[in-house]
Amino acid sequence: MKMTVKMMSLAAALAATTAWGAKPSQKLSGKLVLTGSSTVAPLAAEIGKAFEARHPQARVDVQSGGSSRGIADARQGTADIGMASRALKDDEKDLLPFSIARDGICVILHKKNPVLSLTDAQIVDIYSGKIANWKDVGGAHTPITVINKAEGRSTLELFLNYFKLKAEDVKAHVIIGDNEQGVKTVAGNPNAIGYVSIGTAEYDATHGVEIKLLPIGGVKASVENVRNGKFPLSRPLNLVVKTKPDGLAKAFIDFAQSPEVHEIIRKQYFVPIPR
Amino acid sequence: MSKNYGESLATALVWLCAASVAGVFIWMLSDIVRHGLAALSWTFLTSATADAGREGGIAPILVSTAMILGVCLAASIPVGLGAAVLLSELSSSNPLFSRLVRRSLDVLAGMPSIIFGLFGNALFCKTLGMGFSILSGGLTLACMVLPIFIRAAEEGLRSVPREYRLGAAALGLSRSGTLFRLLIPAAAPGLLVGLVLGVGRALAETAALIFTSGYVDRFPSSPFDSGRALSIHIYDLAMNVPGGNANAYGSTFVLVAVLFLLNLSAARLAAALSRRSSPI
Amino acid sequence: MRSSESSISCPSRADRVLLWTLRVCAAAAGSVSALIAVFVLLESWPVLRHAGPAAFITGGTWRPTAGLYDLTPMLWGTMLTMCGSVALATPLGVASAVFSRYYAPPPLAAVYRRMIEILAGIPSVVYGFWGLVVVVPLIGRLHPPGPSLLAGTLILALMILPTIALMADASLATVPKNYALGAAALGLTRWATIRRVLLPAAKSGLFTGVVLAAGRAIGETMAILMVAGNVVQFPRGIFDPVRTLTANIALEMAYAMGDHRSALFVSGLVLLCAISALVLLAERVDPGSAHE
Repeated sequence: MKMTVKMMSLAAALAATTAWGAKPSQKLSGKLVLTGSSTVAPLAAEIGKAFEARHPQARVDVQSGGSSRGIADARQGTADIGMASRALKDDEKDLLPFSIARDGICVILHKKNPVLSLTDAQIVDIYSGKIANWKDVGGAHTPITVINKAEGRSTLELFLNYFKLKAEDVKAHVIIGDNEQGVKTVAGNPNAIGYVSIGTAEYDATHGVEIKLLPIGGVKASVENVRNGKFPLSRPLNLVVKTKPDGLAKAFIDFAQSPEVHEIIRKQYFVPIPR
Repeated sequence: MSKNYGESLATALVWLCAASVAGVFIWMLSDIVRHGLAALSWTFLTSATADAGREGGIAPILVSTAMILGVCLAASIPVGLGAAVLLSELSSSNPLFSRLVRRSLDVLAGMPSIIFGLFGNALFCKTLGMGFSILSGGLTLACMVLPIFIRAAEEGLRSVPREYRLGAAALGLSRSGTLFRLLIPAAAPGLLVGLVLGVGRALAETAALIFTSGYVDRFPSSPFDSGRALSIHIYDLAMNVPGGNANAYGSTFVLVAVLFLLNLSAARLAAALSRRSSPI
Repeated sequence: MRSSESSISCPSRADRVLLWTLRVCAAAAGSVSALIAVFVLLESWPVLRHAGPAAFITGGTWRPTAGLYDLTPMLWGTMLTMCGSVALATPLGVASAVFSRYYAPPPLAAVYRRMIEILAGIPSVVYGFWGLVVVVPLIGRLHPPGPSLLAGTLILALMILPTIALMADASLATVPKNYALGAAALGLTRWATIRRVLLPAAKSGLFTGVVLAAGRAIGETMAILMVAGNVVQFPRGIFDPVRTLTANIALEMAYAMGDHRSALFVSGLVLLCAISALVLLAERVDPGSAHE
């Protein structure tokens, strides 16, 4: 008898404490590790800082390493959340993506290049080597320097997909890694053509770097046009997890998808996704 | 006379080489100084990063870098000095061992930094379970710095005149006595060169640290925390974050200034030590 | 002759402890590269098993997504940039050391030496950045595209020069003063003294510096990634872009999975073999570099 009373009071006490502990947000603690795309990393780090400001006991550690690394780490559990700067591929459907922003990809030329726009067919021909001189597209009589991204990068895959090019068709003169390397290479060579993230390009172009963004399919390349969906070349920035998130991870993902971080996303020159 | 002609030609060439080298370096350094000074301020040195590094300061980064360097030196100096002493003083009683160690160190010196990063990640972060941390970064850097330090330390020890050792033997000093009281102080200038080269290499390292000490730009609360090193911050600002150029220059300027101060102190120390132990 | 070792009398216990401590230190230092070699081998094993080692010297180009793993163009890129930069940096580095030690007035020499020390510690990313925004456009104006073998060689030479200069300076400092005094007494001119007496006396240190610098040149990743163009091809001239093995790993490792990742480790293995070959060659050329 006494046992049962003890048990019941114990159970009641436990129930009370769990109900108490189930109070949301204020008591979130622990460490979250995110790895993956270096494009998403600065954004995730800023969102992480805002999250930490709200939940002082929580810590969000953002590491770099590339989209594939983020996906691999999410799958193996080495990281809590993976960051990828692209949509998931077919063989990655065992993972759950949560889009937190959108980004576009645009073609850039040097500011002094007289060419103001290129048709899709011209871009395909330039990148496959069929057009090798600017004069064939209305520019100066100088050879074109084609800049391409390294294999496996999300930007490259999106570009190839849209222009229906295959990786081996591209005849590049320079191969670059990060977006800023592309921008600086084009800014240093009046005959260069390359493609980078719109956010990066727009920021640099408005801050005095000597590049200009080309319209694609007649649509001006701008963050605004990615936002209203008119710009054809765009990609989602994803947080990827293996199993349905809960606890700290869920809180963070919810926060990252909430309107409160829209300003942060805009500051990084990405496009927030309205919900 | 042809001898004088050869002499003036040699002098001219040497001055020309030095001038061109200095010219290029002044070109580079003036760029850094000009843009870096513009971004520099007391708040820059003491506040935390903001807006992906475009605003705010680099205080947490400086702390992380100092901690990584500390771990690196704490690990590499004792091991390196020990190895250098063995290789330079006692190699004939262990000839095969010394030769193997020396060859392996030469190979280590040429290892690409990215391989160090991947190795450090596999060994320190995963196998030894330290995760992304200052400790992992520092230990990985120690591996990189070891061959440089050992080589230079060895040269320093070998340059100590034979008379010192003979004199010590004649006086009946034990080997450890000879070592700690005579040889190491006398070899101090060489040891310090090794230290300076090693620290320089460590501070300059980027690829090895991305995979080991990581990207987090918060104030580290312990060596087990992930911390962003100055070189990685510079890389991120220059190559990944649009608009980060200004602060990239500022951070570079700080790094160069720190190096300058370190080198200056090392040189003063070396001069003081060699004055103290030199008989002339 | 290390007369102090075949020792005076029976070694004390402290000495024996010391000896073993030193042995442990040296063994620890020596085992790191063995550990790294094992690690790289383990990671390269999957693709070596699937595609076989021959795939890495045939196939014509590097396109891992299509199963082409030919490393020879990139190996060539690594070798060319290394040899070019060492060839350029060695005379300049030795001249720098000679300048600061024997030709420059002492205040200028001190400033010069300090400048070289600072340059030894500047991050590779800064060299790369400067190369990308200053050197590459200049070369591009001369002959497009700009990022090229020439740019890579120049920036690498700049990076390894401080190593050579500082080691040369340190080893010239250790040449006994009597050598210079004796030469002066014999009536030798300054350059003759340097060329025939002092430099040969400092030979082992100079050689050490060059070997360290060559190792650094082979292993450099970030800077060469930014200025060399990264196109996988055999360069037909110095203005052609090249990709080195290290730049390849840095570019693709972040995005590689499975066999691709394994193949990148194979290129790391090739680098290890290249460095070991360099070390063996160095020992053959100058066995005195090991010990006297």
